[in-house]
Amino acid sequence: MFLQTLPLVFVLAGVVLYTVLGGADFGAGIWQLLSGPGEHGERIREHAHESMGPVWEANHVWLIFVLTVTWTSYPVFFGSIASTLSIPLFIAGLGIILRGASYALRSGAASGRETLMVDGAFSIASLVTPFALGCTAGAIAAERVPVGNALGHPFSSWLSPVPLMVGALAVCFSVYMAAIFLAADEHRTGDREMADSFRLRALVAGTVAGAVSIAALVVVHADAHSLYTGLVHGGALAVMIVSIVAGLTTLGLVWARVFEPARVTGAIAVAAVIAAWAIARHPVLLPGLTIAQAAASHDTLVTVVVAVVAGGVLLFPSLALLFTITFRGARTAEAQATGGFPLRATPTAPRLAVVLFIVGLGMLNAANAGWCHIIGVIALFGFVIAGFTAIVPRALAGDS
Amino acid sequence: MLAFALALAPVHQKYLLEARQMQALSFTVHIPLVCFGIAFPVMVMFVEWLGIRTGDPLYRTLARRWSRIVVALFAVGVITGTILSFEMGLLWPNFTATFGSVFGLGFAIEGFSFFLEAIFIGIYAYGWNKLSPRMHLLAGIPVVITGFTGSLMVIAVNAWMNHPTGFQLHGGKVSHVNPLGALFGNPYLWSELIHMYVAAYMVTGFIVAGCYAFAKLRGNWTRYHRVALTIPLTIACLASPMQLLVGDWLARDVAVSQPVKLAAFEGLYPTTNGADEHILGWYTDHQVKDGIAFPHLLSLLAFHSWNAKIIGLQSVPANDRPSAINVVRISFQIMVLVGSALAALGVLYLFVRWRRRRLPDTPWFYRGVVLAGPAAFVCLIAGWVTTEVGRQPWVVYRVMRTSQAVTGAGGIPVGYGALVAAYAAVAIAVVWILRRLARKPLELDPVGIVPTPGSAGPGPPPAGGGSPQAA
Repeated sequence: MFLQTLPLVFVLAGVVLYTVLGGADFGAGIWQLLSGPGEHGERIREHAHESMGPVWEANHVWLIFVLTVTWTSYPVFFGSIASTLSIPLFIAGLGIILRGASYALRSGAASGRETLMVDGAFSIASLVTPFALGCTAGAIAAERVPVGNALGHPFSSWLSPVPLMVGALAVCFSVYMAAIFLAADEHRTGDREMADSFRLRALVAGTVAGAVSIAALVVVHADAHSLYTGLVHGGALAVMIVSIVAGLTTLGLVWARVFEPARVTGAIAVAAVIAAWAIARHPVLLPGLTIAQAAASHDTLVTVVVAVVAGGVLLFPSLALLFTITFRGARTAEAQATGGFPLRATPTAPRLAVVLFIVGLGMLNAANAGWCHIIGVIALFGFVIAGFTAIVPRALAGDS
Repeated sequence: MLAFALALAPVHQKYLLEARQMQALSFTVHIPLVCFGIAFPVMVMFVEWLGIRTGDPLYRTLARRWSRIVVALFAVGVITGTILSFEMGLLWPNFTATFGSVFGLGFAIEGFSFFLEAIFIGIYAYGWNKLSPRMHLLAGIPVVITGFTGSLMVIAVNAWMNHPTGFQLHGGKVSHVNPLGALFGNPYLWSELIHMYVAAYMVTGFIVAGCYAFAKLRGNWTRYHRVALTIPLTIACLASPMQLLVGDWLARDVAVSQPVKLAAFEGLYPTTNGADEHILGWYTDHQVKDGIAFPHLLSLLAFHSWNAKIIGLQSVPANDRPSAINVVRISFQIMVLVGSALAALGVLYLFVRWRRRRLPDTPWFYRGVVLAGPAAFVCLIAGWVTTEVGRQPWVVYRVMRTSQAVTGAGGIPVGYGALVAAYAAVAIAVVWILRRLARKPLELDPVGIVPTPGSAGPGPPPAGGGSPQAA
């Protein structure tokens, strides 16, 4: 049972990271939409854009992680969701395309009008994508996805009160997290005016997010009563309280301009909501489908767990390195080494290339044994390297 | 055929063909970006290394300019890759629901690979002025490694779809799943992997070189251009003849593991001893019409024997063969013929470089290089059409039909139309951004060189880093 649940824990962790980090990116896009007119608005847009700079791709790969681990570990769960909720997922996909394209476009926009148009497209995509993904999550939470190939209603499964509320909540969370992150960034770089702007925005967004959360709970009470019962009992209730405390603490910290810890408490508030949902529903994934029923076989789960742990061991230090380098100041340019051309064309290189090509031909194409093919492939890669060293050094060194 | 139970009940999907086309479209958009993700960082790193070793600012300028293109294309690749992983569920929920536990691991590891690649591309792109030159160069190495492991994982899944192993069917259910065996214990994985990996270098090398060849034809021909042409072109010209041999290896693997697919490549209906190879022509009424026949050549190529038996399409019932034989066959012929032309171009270049110690003079050579970029892309797509349509009607070869995998959701034509519109918009955006980047003078490089003013307009679209102004 532990093994069957562990990948789900990874998935939920991925969802939390995506909601917080990816959500902050989406929120920054939405703030561009709400930037207001004039020079101040332009600065808001500029700062919101810059904040996403170096880490923006990384934040969005969490979604791919969530999808792949889910379909490997809980294939039927994934297949049922993807088929019934194909419309909100497809809308999210279109949003991702539009968002990414307009992000890439922005660096090429020259005039103010172009930038404004690109920002507009980017903001709309940033609004639509978390909303659609929130609706998807809400439909799963509200038990509107039956097990099977597109057996749920294509529209009413997600265009109903609980999913729509969760969609709205996802947008509110994104906007709130983004304002906190942006305020923290500005505070760190010492831009007092911008930090204050985003602080005010964070306070407003936090209040709205809190209000929407309460409204969502009311809707869940009315529309998905079993989920409500689960949320207000036992472990789920305890985690919900953690979420509320963390949310209020975050507001207090933002008020007091202590932005860095506010990032953490804000993330905890989001994580706790997701955890509460998981605990309330445990051990059911979809109506009539428990974790144990949906889980892949033992060997697959073991390999997934090993892969995720090994991946994490590589991933998190790399991510830390990226963040460190991003926040580091520029180095002063130093005198570069000057030397001759580092590669020398030897007279043997062309002949070696020809020989290796012939060896490759013999081993890969004439012979049939597996070990011959290995030698053949190595010989052919050797041919490319030998050929490269035969031609490029002479071409470049003779051309300076 | 094996009997087995679907994880989700099968449905009748009226728009199966549209669903397949949607997947194919997404793939066609994504795969050239993958090629650039695999091969371009290697070229950029080589140029950067030259810059460090020689102290010549030209190399650093070129590497920085190229690295921007790496980032822009990778960013678009993240989007198209995300869409592909969405479509695995949106279009083929029964495929993932039934076999997710068998092949899914490959995509999970690929996800990590992709993630690490994104991180180190970020470090590389934003670290030019923040890391020492040596550390910056080292930061590129994980990008190269993850580019390879990512393609290894995806090809492992595809090779598994062609040659499914690593699970058992008991009582009609998938059981005894061995995901590592399924993905990496497959003897037919390696030829497909190397074929794709080498293709990435051909596509990237010829497209990048094509931009500078275009500049040369327009009269922009400085040392900067010569360097920027020589490196990718040499790599692509070496990769092309290698690719012919690797392709032959892969085709012989297909002959053994998927004989009906090979028969579709060749348009061979009856099982034949000493089968002929047909070039060009059209498959109709169970034979190739108007093609040029080479007696016994197919047997010779596939099994190195004059009279080897080649299994024909007739060996399986009609509903177990690809319905679009001509699509498969013509794609295969395009790949082989255009690929051979690229190899010939490669050998010509290598020969002139080696014996005459210079670049070819004739403008026809440069026109050829300009064409070689799109031609390599055409080969890439033709190759994927060959293998994917050739596998039909199966999504998992001889185990699960594509029609069993498809979603029961409606509205596929609407989704298809929306996706076409979205990708058209992205394509326009990419062309536009690359032209803009190419036109922008390179700023902020303390040891960069000053561009020469007064050159003509921008370079051609993809990888338009071949900016004339960067001279």
